[in-house]
Amino acid sequence: MKVNSKTLERTLIALPYLWLTLFFLVPFLIVFKISLAEPLLAMPPYTDLFDFSQDAVSWVRVTLNNFLFVLQDELYLYTYWSSVKIASISTLLVLLVGYPMAYAIARAPANKRSFLLMLVILPFWTSFLLRVYAWMGLLNTHGLINKVLMGLGFIDAPLTMMYTNFALYIGIIYSYLPFMILPLYANLEKLDGSLLDAAADLGANPLRTFIDVTLPLSLPGIIAGCMLVFIPAMGEFVIPSLLGGSDSLMIGRVLYDEFFFNNDWPLASAIALVLLTLLIVPIMILRRYQDKEAATS
Amino acid sequence: MSEEQVKAPVGHGRPWNDNSIKPFVRIENLSKHFGEFAAVDQVSLDIYEGELFSILGGSGSGKTTLLRMLAGFETPTAGSIVIDGMDMVNIPAHERPVNMMFQSYALFPHMTVAGNIAYGLKRDGMAKGEIEERVADILKLVQMSELARRKPQQLSGGQRQRVALARAIVKRPKVLLLDEPMGALDKKLRAETQFELAKIQYNTGITFIVVTHDQEEAMTLSTRIAVMNQGKFPQIGSPTEIYEYPATRFTADFIGNINIFEGEVSEADADEINVKVPKLGATLRASQPGSVSKGSSVFLAVRPEKIWISRELPDAHGNTLLTGIVEDQGYFGNLSLYRVRLESGEIIQVSAQNRERKAERSIDWDEAVHIYWENTATVVLSE
Repeated sequence: MKVNSKTLERTLIALPYLWLTLFFLVPFLIVFKISLAEPLLAMPPYTDLFDFSQDAVSWVRVTLNNFLFVLQDELYLYTYWSSVKIASISTLLVLLVGYPMAYAIARAPANKRSFLLMLVILPFWTSFLLRVYAWMGLLNTHGLINKVLMGLGFIDAPLTMMYTNFALYIGIIYSYLPFMILPLYANLEKLDGSLLDAAADLGANPLRTFIDVTLPLSLPGIIAGCMLVFIPAMGEFVIPSLLGGSDSLMIGRVLYDEFFFNNDWPLASAIALVLLTLLIVPIMILRRYQDKEAATS
Repeated sequence: MSEEQVKAPVGHGRPWNDNSIKPFVRIENLSKHFGEFAAVDQVSLDIYEGELFSILGGSGSGKTTLLRMLAGFETPTAGSIVIDGMDMVNIPAHERPVNMMFQSYALFPHMTVAGNIAYGLKRDGMAKGEIEERVADILKLVQMSELARRKPQQLSGGQRQRVALARAIVKRPKVLLLDEPMGALDKKLRAETQFELAKIQYNTGITFIVVTHDQEEAMTLSTRIAVMNQGKFPQIGSPTEIYEYPATRFTADFIGNINIFEGEVSEADADEINVKVPKLGATLRASQPGSVSKGSSVFLAVRPEKIWISRELPDAHGNTLLTGIVEDQGYFGNLSLYRVRLESGEIIQVSAQNRERKAERSIDWDEAVHIYWENTATVVLSE
């Protein structure tokens, strides 16, 4: 029997949909369901959405209390705000560090580029957690940096770097740098060198050429890189808990505490869903930009 | 176009033959090495104001490197570039009084047509009103006024070329550099654009330096041509000089169609030389090119259109006369090209105008023919 190409096509398309349904949509619905329940001292620690205890009437028990609590409690609102702030500042810092690096790699001789890109990707070969621990070793009061600085006589007493926002930003910049460099590199590498010549020819000095030509043409790369850093940084949990101080409040950490220490699954689910809603906005921006990119090229 | 822009064309005489006129662009002993390789090898060149000068060469001849040094994108290894009395070598590209039209056009994709053209004027800090006026004028000149708001991606190849030209001349540079200006156009558009480009050059009076690999383009456009090969200029001259008096085998072969023979000088006096050409089985007379002495070996060249072909024995009057058999012929409509095999086996190309209107060929394959050319048509090549 001849295989219908339409059928084959549908089957192939169905596979990723099936995957997304099983591992994204279903878990999302479970989280959504839990967020509408009430906490309970039981296993699982929340009330059932559907009650089958009475014979005839199975009724639905839904509460929006968790969402109301999240949106009314100043601590949570402040934590969201703080997460947005930390993620934004980190994204900006990663951009400032990553852009020159991506630019340098894109402008390097073609035979050296893959080596330089390798260096960017190399840290991924080690566990993320290990790398954060390594930073703890470096930033500690008795850590390598303090020892070197004191040994060289630059400082008398060790600097307090661990458990501060400084350490938090260092950790985020370090961990997310490749996510900024790679899309930026992909964009800058395509930049037609004759456009830079043309700008110079028309009287633009190198800085002006950068502002007028390189920067606007690399905007899609900048946006992609920023989203790839901002979105995971918003929900970052490991770095603020290991490197950050008590004042570096981030929503990922609060979510973890609600879930594991307070055992309040419904509240934790509500926090996660509010975070998701917050992130949908930048994700939509990214999508729109990618569509526009695809349409023009 | 503003009145100021229309000025009397300068240098449409022959300034290069006039010692009282100072060259506008002076290139002296200019070299550019990439490692061991000399892309441009100690070249010197004078270009006069208002010229449409072409640098003609194949790929890898060094012509683009030379142009990029003039624009300031490459730093010379040695030598000097002086434009209008000003030494350019230490002046960065963005401060040079030259503009370039790029082979790829290099239009800014994120700016409109008008934005592209205005860009250079903005960098000069010109007032907004004046910029708008200048852009509108130049758009009219290149007939692109209706498309001012378009982005480059929305234009055809020919339209992009006009925008690139407009952007390069709107700043009224002292010298306009054009890198293969017709390279990206199809053949028909190319012919139209050539004349338009020459007209614009004439009207603006800007000195044009064109880099091209297309000899036809160079011949029709230029006041003078520098032929470039392996980083050097084997010959610099007007299109007719280059075509009719090629100095070297390279130039002769590179430009147009030509027959080249090697021979030994059997007799030489102050006016004429006799050259024995074994492959033709004949001795050719040619005018003395300078100081060719008896016994030296030389190359001789004859253009196919300088040779007559006929069935009947012509009256040669002491000019070169040979006989052979038509081995092959090509009919091009306006003219026919014949490949005539001599007894010695040597093939000579002859072209003839098809002056009479008739359906059958006048001379056919395998026919025995006489070919002859006047002694003055024979060119003695120096190397």
